[in-house]
Amino acid sequence: MKIHEYQAKQLFAAADVPVPQGVVARSPDEAAKAYEELGTPVAVVKSQIHAGGRGKGRFKEHPDQPGVVLVKSAEQARENAERMLGSTLVTVQTGEEGKQVNTLFVEQGLDIARELYLGVVIDREVGLPVVIASSEGGMAIEEIAHEHPEKIIREHFDPAIGLRPYQARKIAYALGLDATGVRSAENFLPKVCRFFVDGDCSMTEINPLVVTGEGELLALDAKVTFDDNALFRHKDYKDLRDLNEEEPTEVQAQQAGLSYVKLDGNIGCLVNGAGLAMSTMDLIKLHGGEPANFLDVGGGANVDQVTEAFRIILADENVQAILVNIFGGIMKCDTIVEALLAAYDSIGITVPLVVRLEGTNVEKAREMLAESGKKIVSATDLTDAAKKVVGTLGA
Amino acid sequence: MPILVTPETRFITQGITGRAGLFHSQKCREYAADECGRSEPVLVGGVTPGKGGSDVDGFPVFDSVRQAMDETGANTSMVFVPPPFCADAILEAADAGIELIVAITEGIPVTDMVLVKRVLDDNPRCRLIGPNCPGVITPGVAKIGIMPGYIHTPGTVGLISKSGTLTYEAAWQLGNVGLGQSTAIGIGGDPIIGTTFIDLLELFENDPGTDAILMIGEIGGDAEIRAAEYIKDHVTKPTAAFIAGKTAPPGKRMGHAGAIISGGSGTAAEKIEALQAVGVEVAESPADMGSAVQRAVERRG
Repeated sequence: MKIHEYQAKQLFAAADVPVPQGVVARSPDEAAKAYEELGTPVAVVKSQIHAGGRGKGRFKEHPDQPGVVLVKSAEQARENAERMLGSTLVTVQTGEEGKQVNTLFVEQGLDIARELYLGVVIDREVGLPVVIASSEGGMAIEEIAHEHPEKIIREHFDPAIGLRPYQARKIAYALGLDATGVRSAENFLPKVCRFFVDGDCSMTEINPLVVTGEGELLALDAKVTFDDNALFRHKDYKDLRDLNEEEPTEVQAQQAGLSYVKLDGNIGCLVNGAGLAMSTMDLIKLHGGEPANFLDVGGGANVDQVTEAFRIILADENVQAILVNIFGGIMKCDTIVEALLAAYDSIGITVPLVVRLEGTNVEKAREMLAESGKKIVSATDLTDAAKKVVGTLGA
Repeated sequence: MPILVTPETRFITQGITGRAGLFHSQKCREYAADECGRSEPVLVGGVTPGKGGSDVDGFPVFDSVRQAMDETGANTSMVFVPPPFCADAILEAADAGIELIVAITEGIPVTDMVLVKRVLDDNPRCRLIGPNCPGVITPGVAKIGIMPGYIHTPGTVGLISKSGTLTYEAAWQLGNVGLGQSTAIGIGGDPIIGTTFIDLLELFENDPGTDAILMIGEIGGDAEIRAAEYIKDHVTKPTAAFIAGKTAPPGKRMGHAGAIISGGSGTAAEKIEALQAVGVEVAESPADMGSAVQRAVERRG
């Protein structure tokens, strides 16, 4: 689960991680008021969307307006906010369709001496959280890794112990910080790591992490992603969720206990199991088609879930055919067909439907399909299924 | 000789009084008795704290893993405990001296798994499979997990997979070309897992009952790339592989918590390239997994 920069900074502040002064604004008036409140000669008005690349991003409605802008008066704050709020920001990460900006974060201007990179993630290989730091702040970490791999510092830590001050110093020396900066890092870095662990984050990224004119570290940006599996321990996180940032069908699927990801193609997929669902997409592509989605109905899908799955697939206007691929293990094939036929009637599926079944009770399931009198194409194996569903589009 | 699940295996189910725990325990019992002709019970009981002394469908229930081991002689545990309590259940099993823990549970927080891994790394006698996996089956001997038993036939292919239903698909395809499995293991789709491709490649390489290996990976992380490096230096048996998710877009989690292309790495293409570079026969499509093993075997002559 992702959250906005301003939310991440509020959590940082609560965890004693130093952040600049900032005020949330949801109207031009609030933006102007925020500038007055901050009282610095320069302030920064920042669009709040989950995607990165906001500074270089531009608005569809106002092609000259950047997603992050410096202002020097309340009036400028107001004018910029007028153009930004309600408009669509397109960045390298949003895709062409962009994201609507509904919230701004107005921050104090700062005297910045250096821009660094700081991230904390889980290192799967080692099985520990790792601090990633670099002197090349402001660049994407992938870019740094590609262009200056030698400038990436990695330091693992035990979550039960946290990042020790000597480890913080090690990172600080490697970043070339001066005495004030090293002392600041001894405080700053362990707190970010504690936040990462206690908050059950899957990523905490501060890019840039700045060294101020006074030599202190400050989180100028904040990108936080929480581990979805740990949300049960953090009931308060649900208030941080912004459904506007999520694909509505993906939210709908989640509520039905389905795993769904929308893609750009025109062949809908309904599969049991994540690995098989991914493979089904791959197979469609291999035979010249384009998958419209990833959809895993899970191991114990019932009639309601299968019906909901069809609804979600068909809500995508691009879908011109559907491939159902079920390997019935614990879930019996006849149960799936029963659900499928019920869903077929209740939704009124009009696009071609190709069904590939294998596994427990497959004979009975195939008979049920054949006897249903519905326009459902049966496939014998994976390849046959993919060819048939791609074939329906050519006709 | 199969690996992990052998004729000596006796296991318990942690979380046996839950709906899924009981259902799959019954299926494991049926498989051992009906498909493998085992006369003595292989699944010897279960653990649910607070329900010790009771009986659920013929399985004795114990309060603790230690107690269950003392009473039944179990050396293995299958874990169905819900995510908030699952790490604790795994640690209890490890502390009690269980040798093989098979964690089926999906949705354990990754920080919990970091701690579990820290503890298990210091306990070399104990091996964890999973979590978020279908389990382990040695066809004809026993199954510990949720896979349908009948699609697996006894044979000499070692099967290692990150995915559940894709493993079934692979076992079925292998069966269609007349290849059974020595042991099939689902290692799980989470970012941090107990047993990796490399651990199992080593076991299969050293297992006289295994003649060829099929590994099924997916996007996310770099476990398959490290497996390729290991294969280069240590695996002499014919090896085939399939990587799911060639068409997955970056930044989107594909069902499994670990199946996500992030920062441009963890793509199917780079994994396939790494495996092919060390002589692994990579299946072109998921429909080609069974034939890929055949090709790998034929190539070695």
